[in-house]
Amino acid sequence: MSDHALLSVQGITKYYGQHIGCADVSFDLYPGEVMGIVGESGSGKSTLLNCMAGHLAPDGGAVVFDTRVDGPKDTITMSEPERRMLSRTDWAFVHQHARDGLRMGVSAGGNVGERLMAVGARHYGDIRGQAIDWLDRVEIDADRVDDRPTTFSGGMQQRLQIARNLVTGPRLVFMDEPTGGLDVSVQARLLDLLRGLVRDMGLSAIIVTHDLAVVRLLADRLMVMKSGHVVENGLTDQVLDDPQHPYTQLLVSSVLQV
Amino acid sequence: MTDQAYNFAYLDEQTKRMIRRAILKGLAIPGYQVPFASREMPMPYGWGTGGVQVSAAVLNPDDIFKVIDQGADDTTNAVSIRSFFQKTAGVETTTETHDATVIQTRHRIPEVPLTEDQILVYQVPIPEPMRYLEPRESETRKMHSLEEYGLMHVKLYEDISRHGHIATSYAYPVKVEQRYVMDPSPIPKFDNPKLSDCPAIQLFGAGREQRIYALPPYTEAISLDFEDHPFDPSKADHPCALCGADDSYLDEVIVDDEGNRMFVCSDTDYCAARQAQGHKGKNAA
Repeated sequence: MSDHALLSVQGITKYYGQHIGCADVSFDLYPGEVMGIVGESGSGKSTLLNCMAGHLAPDGGAVVFDTRVDGPKDTITMSEPERRMLSRTDWAFVHQHARDGLRMGVSAGGNVGERLMAVGARHYGDIRGQAIDWLDRVEIDADRVDDRPTTFSGGMQQRLQIARNLVTGPRLVFMDEPTGGLDVSVQARLLDLLRGLVRDMGLSAIIVTHDLAVVRLLADRLMVMKSGHVVENGLTDQVLDDPQHPYTQLLVSSVLQV
Repeated sequence: MTDQAYNFAYLDEQTKRMIRRAILKGLAIPGYQVPFASREMPMPYGWGTGGVQVSAAVLNPDDIFKVIDQGADDTTNAVSIRSFFQKTAGVETTTETHDATVIQTRHRIPEVPLTEDQILVYQVPIPEPMRYLEPRESETRKMHSLEEYGLMHVKLYEDISRHGHIATSYAYPVKVEQRYVMDPSPIPKFDNPKLSDCPAIQLFGAGREQRIYALPPYTEAISLDFEDHPFDPSKADHPCALCGADDSYLDEVIVDDEGNRMFVCSDTDYCAARQAQGHKGKNAA
């Protein structure tokens, strides 16, 4: 692992009026590393993720990203065009609901090709070729390339969303409950797929979830949040097998054993 | 005869000034959609309220005015707008392109090349080229300001994937001077090449949407395309049945119940002028 952090989060704080969204969260993410953020609903996981991904403006702190051209740069103070450029090249954001991340009126191929066209691809054959290649990588039949996502199942939509996000070869992926709302067998396939993609492409990822099985499978490190604060963090297996904080202990013991 | 109850060209002077300011701003930033305080006009939205306001703002008493509706000078829209300005401005009107100094048009550019002494005013229903792909105005404005036009190509991509070629045949988006992507109003894509490097001033007015944009003379407007699917200004593969022209945009007219049809120039003035010069097509009387 490189000794240079890809993403360095320093004291991110976000208030909703009097209420704490998340308070003073700091961590470093290294290239190729997958960080899981778990916690119950309302614990500030999604707020934190949205602050890091530039969807929300935090009230304090810095998110320093190691850009390809200029090296480490604070994405909160950088200009909007720069940030939007980042979010369609080096960053990817996988929404919980595929509908939020896809263009439902545009074919699967168009959805995957959009990011390519946004960064200047102007050759139809190449764009389509890459789109089909990516559909194949997320296990969608190539002959569905001209179908709209509305005709896809929930799991396929989620996989299409992942293809659409990864097509420009991002280095950092934000995922907000990527398996939420999917049935368990589809979840398992999706996790398998994600794990393969993360390993193959050497992606760094930040995964927000309340599903401990997801982080067990995907995440190298784990951060447990409660009421906007990070209560525990460490290696995933260490945190899950030997929880120290009472809340983490509760969380781990709440998982149903089948 | 001018009706004395109206100010010259219907609108009051302050309103015309406001519209002229928007026009000047539009000319200064080619392709940029300038918001303006569109007025109620004595006609329904969709009948050219934007074009009429722009025409009213640029008309002088010694202008010669022409109105085109889908290429024709004698359809309802053209006749009523022409008589509107005859009545409220008392300007001379014409149907001949080369005589006119101000031409208001709906969905066509005249076949006769325009000159530096002319102003072409377009009626625009939807000024935002990305409207059907991105419904949020706040977002499309941001995309214009940040030059994020990838979405425009998604539309063309969809065309090719569904139809095998770029099936957009009118309102074909253009990029103006390498900067703004602009909707040229629903002119056929056959007319797109005439937008670029045109000696006349081209003004676009959208009344309901309250936007004015412009192309100054000799401005570059390039139709968007893919490297392997280049822009093709297609037209029906026939000569005009009345004047024999093979270089003009044609309307397809069904002439009987047997499915017979003929192709005639959509630009009636161009067709009539050619017939007067003695050119004859196969259906000429």
